[in-house]
Amino acid sequence: MNEIAKRCIDIIAKSKSLSPESVTLASTFDELNIDSLDKINISFEVEEAFNVEIPDDALGTIKTVGDMVEGVAKLHAAQPHSAITTP
Amino acid sequence: MNRVVVTGLGCITPIGNSVPDFRTSLFAGTTGIAPFPPYPEAPTRDAHDKTQGLRFTHSAAVKNFDPLQHLDSGIVTATDRTTHFAIVAARQAAAESQLTTHYAPERIAIIVGCACGGRQAEETETIKLYGRDARVHPLTVIRTMASAGASNISIDQKITGPTLNISTACSSGTHAIGLAFQMIRSGMVDAAIAGGHEAPLTFGFLRAWDSMRVVSPTQCRPFSADRDGMTLGEGAAMLTLETLASAQARNATVYAEIVGFGFSADASHITQPLSDGAASAMRQAIADANALPEEVGYISAHGTGTQANDTTEAAAIHQVFGSRASQIPVSSTKSLHGHSIGASGALEALATVLALHENLLPTNAGVNEIDPAINLDIILGVPRKATPKLALSNSLAFGGLNAVLALRPF
Repeated sequence: MNEIAKRCIDIIAKSKSLSPESVTLASTFDELNIDSLDKINISFEVEEAFNVEIPDDALGTIKTVGDMVEGVAKLHAAQPHSAITTP
Repeated sequence: MNRVVVTGLGCITPIGNSVPDFRTSLFAGTTGIAPFPPYPEAPTRDAHDKTQGLRFTHSAAVKNFDPLQHLDSGIVTATDRTTHFAIVAARQAAAESQLTTHYAPERIAIIVGCACGGRQAEETETIKLYGRDARVHPLTVIRTMASAGASNISIDQKITGPTLNISTACSSGTHAIGLAFQMIRSGMVDAAIAGGHEAPLTFGFLRAWDSMRVVSPTQCRPFSADRDGMTLGEGAAMLTLETLASAQARNATVYAEIVGFGFSADASHITQPLSDGAASAMRQAIADANALPEEVGYISAHGTGTQANDTTEAAAIHQVFGSRASQIPVSSTKSLHGHSIGASGALEALATVLALHENLLPTNAGVNEIDPAINLDIILGVPRKATPKLALSNSLAFGGLNAVLALRPF
C-alpha cells in the first residue's frame, strides 16, 4: 500500500475511532458510518496532510476509501513540489 | 403548582471533577485558584506567550481533566472544552438521579447557561487564520456555537424535550436553573437538567479581561477591604430537577427544594452595577417563594471581589433586609472556584444546595480584613454550622442582568 493510501486510512480510522486494519480501500463510507460531517472533517484532515484542495464536485463523488485515495493521489501528483506533511 | 426539588448533582470544577471532590474542597475551604501556567489542558498558545502582557498571575483552572477518559474521540473532536465539561457534568447528575429512566424523553428539559461559547476552538482557528492564513477547520462552527453544550447533552442523554442555551453573561447559569424551575413548577415539563458551563481561559479572553482592569493580580478576595478584583475560572455544574411528588414516589434522594426565582435588569450601565436591580431580583425571588425576608438565613453572594460588585451587592442586601442585613451569613464561593462566567451561577447553586443539605455554610476565603463599609456577616475561616430556612444564590452580571434563586432545605 502506498503512502497516500496509508495516510488516508490512518486519518479515517482516527476520525472514526477504528483500527486502521479495519479500513480498506474497498470500504465504503456508508460501511464505516461516515456521515456528511465526518466526510467534511476527514477531507479537511486529508487536505492538510497532502496540501491539496478537494474540489466540491469531486467530494460528492467519493463513496469509498479507494475513491478518496485515488483522487488525492491525482491532486498530489499535480503538485509535484508538495511534500507529504508528517503527522 | 408543582414543588421542585434537586435530585442529582454533577460538576467539573477547579475544586473537584466530581461532586464528592467539590464538596470536600468547598467545606475544607480549599481554593482552586493558582498561578498560571501551567494548566496543561487550556492553552491556545505556548506558556510564554500566554502570560505576555497580563497584569495578573492567577486563574481557577480545571485540573486533571482528560475528555478522552469520558467521551468518544469523535465527540471530543467535534466539541470545545466547555462542551466536554457540560456533557460530563450532565452525565454525573443524570446518572445519580436516573432521570431518563423515570421520565419520557420529551418531558425532560435541558436548560443550560453558557455565555462565551467555544472560545478555545475559536481562538485556535483565529490564530491560524490571521497568523499564517491557514484554512479554518470545518468543525469550527459547531465547536464554537454557544448552544453546543445544550445540544450535546440532549444527544448524549437522548432527551428530546425543550432545550435551550441561555447567554446572560455572569448570570447565565442562574437564569438557566431558574427557568427550568419555572417550567417544572408550571407543569410544562416533568424534569430538567439545568446548570451552566464555560471554558474561557484562553489567551485572547484573558487579555480582554486584563484590559478592563478588573482582574486581581493574585486572587480574588470578595468583601475584603483590600480586594483588588476577580479571578477568572472555568468549569460546569449541572443539577437535575423534578417534581417533589415524583421524586418522593420513587424514593429519590432530595438535596434541596428550589422555591423561588427572581430576575431583573438594572437598565443603567453596561458595567457599573446598580443596587436597585440586585435588590429587585432578591425581593422577587423571596416573593416568588411565598416567603418573607426574615426567613433568609444564608446568601451565596455573587461576590466577585471587585470594588464595584461587592459594594453594590452589599448595598442591595441592606436595601432588602434593612436592619437585619448584617445578621445574615453571606459568603462568595468564587473565592474558592473563581469566576467561571456563564457557569458561575450553577457552581454557586450547587454549593448552596450542598450547604442546605449538610447544614454547613461555606467559607468566604481570601479575606484579610472585611471591608467595614460592607457591614455584612461574611463567613470567614471554617464553614459555619447553621440551618437556614431559606437561602438565596445571587448572580449579578455585566450588563445589569440579575438573577436570584431561592432554595429551602429538604
